[in-house]
Amino acid sequence: MAYFSDSPSPSQFHRVVVTGVGVVSPMGMDFEENAAGFREGQSAFSPITLFDVSRQRVGTAGQVDLPPILSKTASRMDRGTHMALMAAREALASAGLSGGAMPVIIGTSAAAMPIGEDYYKHALSTRADRHLQLRRVETYQAQRQMTDLCRVLDVHGPMRIISNACASGANAIGHAFHLIRSGRAERVLAGGYDALCQLVFAGFDSLQALSPSGIPRPFDAARDGLALGEGAGFVLLESATAAQARGAVVRAEVLGYGAATDIHHLTQPNPEGDAALCTMSAACEMAGLAPGQIDYINSHGTGTPLNDIAEGRAIQRWAGNDVGKIHVSSTKSAIGHLLGGAGAVESVISLIALEKQFLPASLHVREADPVCTFDLVRAPREAHIERVLTNSFGFGGANATLIFSKEGAR
Amino acid sequence: MSIFITGTGAVTPAGWGVPALLQVMASGQRPALSSIERPCGGETVSTPVLRVPAEGATTPKFARLRRTSPISKYAAAAVAEALGPERMASIQAGKLRVGVIFTLMNGCVNYSNRFFGEVMADPAVASPILFPETVFNAPSSHLSALLGSHSPNDTLITDGAGFFNGMDLAAEWIERGDVDGCLVVSSEEIDWLSAEGLQLYDPQAIASEGAAAIYLEPAVGPVKLLRLPDPIPLSNQSRAAAAAALRDVLQVYGDDDTLLVDSACGSTRLDAAENSAWNTWAGQRCSPRTLLGEGLGVSTALQVIIASEAIKTKRVRKAIIVATGANQQCAGAILGG
Repeated sequence: MAYFSDSPSPSQFHRVVVTGVGVVSPMGMDFEENAAGFREGQSAFSPITLFDVSRQRVGTAGQVDLPPILSKTASRMDRGTHMALMAAREALASAGLSGGAMPVIIGTSAAAMPIGEDYYKHALSTRADRHLQLRRVETYQAQRQMTDLCRVLDVHGPMRIISNACASGANAIGHAFHLIRSGRAERVLAGGYDALCQLVFAGFDSLQALSPSGIPRPFDAARDGLALGEGAGFVLLESATAAQARGAVVRAEVLGYGAATDIHHLTQPNPEGDAALCTMSAACEMAGLAPGQIDYINSHGTGTPLNDIAEGRAIQRWAGNDVGKIHVSSTKSAIGHLLGGAGAVESVISLIALEKQFLPASLHVREADPVCTFDLVRAPREAHIERVLTNSFGFGGANATLIFSKEGAR
Repeated sequence: MSIFITGTGAVTPAGWGVPALLQVMASGQRPALSSIERPCGGETVSTPVLRVPAEGATTPKFARLRRTSPISKYAAAAVAEALGPERMASIQAGKLRVGVIFTLMNGCVNYSNRFFGEVMADPAVASPILFPETVFNAPSSHLSALLGSHSPNDTLITDGAGFFNGMDLAAEWIERGDVDGCLVVSSEEIDWLSAEGLQLYDPQAIASEGAAAIYLEPAVGPVKLLRLPDPIPLSNQSRAAAAAALRDVLQVYGDDDTLLVDSACGSTRLDAAENSAWNTWAGQRCSPRTLLGEGLGVSTALQVIIASEAIKTKRVRKAIIVATGANQQCAGAILGG
């Protein structure tokens, strides 16, 4: 990071590898639990107990069964940061690190909104305790929460918090990839998180974007909306040289990243998926890959009528004649839409697919939408997987695509 | 690669446009205070604030901005001023690839406040029009739509020093060739909830609002970005230690030709860290927050604009901008002619 006008611009690209992975999702509290759940094709929706949903149209989501916070330092962390801490800690530990100096890049959309909700409710009362309100205002701020997270992890360096709605987590990993690829950083801790909260849940309900049944059916012809979820995913990215120098085990390689902006509408994608096509093409070009070399796409696949048709059209246009060979699924069908955490958690799920050599499924599909001229994976199955692509698209038109591979499988 | 600031735009309590901002800075007179009042438990809670004046608004006419809250309208006006009509037309015609980086701390508080109030009253009838505008990246999305730009667009949540994170990312995009130029924008709006929240930190603090935008590009211009070091994180040190470390990293010494634009807001407690780090500074110095109030994400962006204009008008040869954030980082930059 940093810019100095008298320093030469980076001119050499570095290979970027994944040496640490961590995840918390409704499917499980770590990498192995998630791998087992997706391998078995489990669905992880349950009634919401975090806030009152009695007057909402929908009452279920992918809710994480979070253990209590034990450490004193972490006691002021909000629910989302708690999940982020668990996932980041797993990523560092699996990389064989216990902290250190490195940039941290994090994606979130709702951040510590539950604390903001609490501040609002107390502000309406004349009896609100000033000291407690100050604490709520302070800990509502995402950067305060993430600074605390870094302190607990003993990770210290420049921090970026990206809030590009549902693409935030993918953007965070993409930013980290670029920093290492260009030689601006040796290693970066990157990921994304979001917790369920009342404001956001009611917001999606007000848009009638939630599936009334509570069960999302991405790419089903009769899909009727998404389900929300919560969780966090983190990766430790390093230059291949830095990883080799410290004898780290390489879990995967990051080959490409594309980002673009869909300006069609604040909440609706271009129906032809123009920006998605742009990011998939850009990521493939950076990776030096043709679409036919991608073994699996973890799609954005929300289960809303408009998203899935746009993404499906983008995949068709991107893959061309190879479209029938492309395996596609949406793991939101099993855990819900994790918003700012989605892109990071789905990156981890893509790494699970690579490491465990199976295709996670799009669950609950009864009749596939005609746009599915690709192979829609409707049940988990073993497969030889060398390269995976994951899409993340967000409110406001933030589009991102990442490509991971087994080491050396360019 | 050399990167220059070739456009600036501002919306502040001083008025719409950079000239209004500079006029207030030259006069040393704070714009008129107003107050936000709300009933609470049979009483009236009144909070002094510095608001953007309604008259003289320069928000571009654009369909997506009709339903937005002030944060997006301020940002669009600042961007239009920073780019100017010719560059706007070039971007809209697809001749220039311009990225948008939006830094903020508070975000779309007006609609969030209203929407959550509706949810508390009856979530079944909460407005679907309000909710999308509560999302942090809604304002930056409107800017890309206004420009007709598909280039990268990122929203960064930060503390008050975060505008430098945006400038750093812009430099990265420009150096990498992802964009021909890049807007770095910050915008904030206030409501009773956020204004009262600020006063919890210091009852003397005055909440402010507005927007600021700079346009960075590799073309030659009068204001060059010289140094933009990594921010000093607050995760492992105090604000005072971080502010001192930043001064060390910037390696600057006061002289008649150098202007220090700091983030002091007039609060003894909040300013102590930065004042301690820079108490030996012998050169020119200005503290825009003492006149313009605490605009959170925007205030540092306004510091950059004030520094940039001082160089452009050859009042000084070099300017140092520093910001001591509340809970993430201390950061700064050096601009030169």
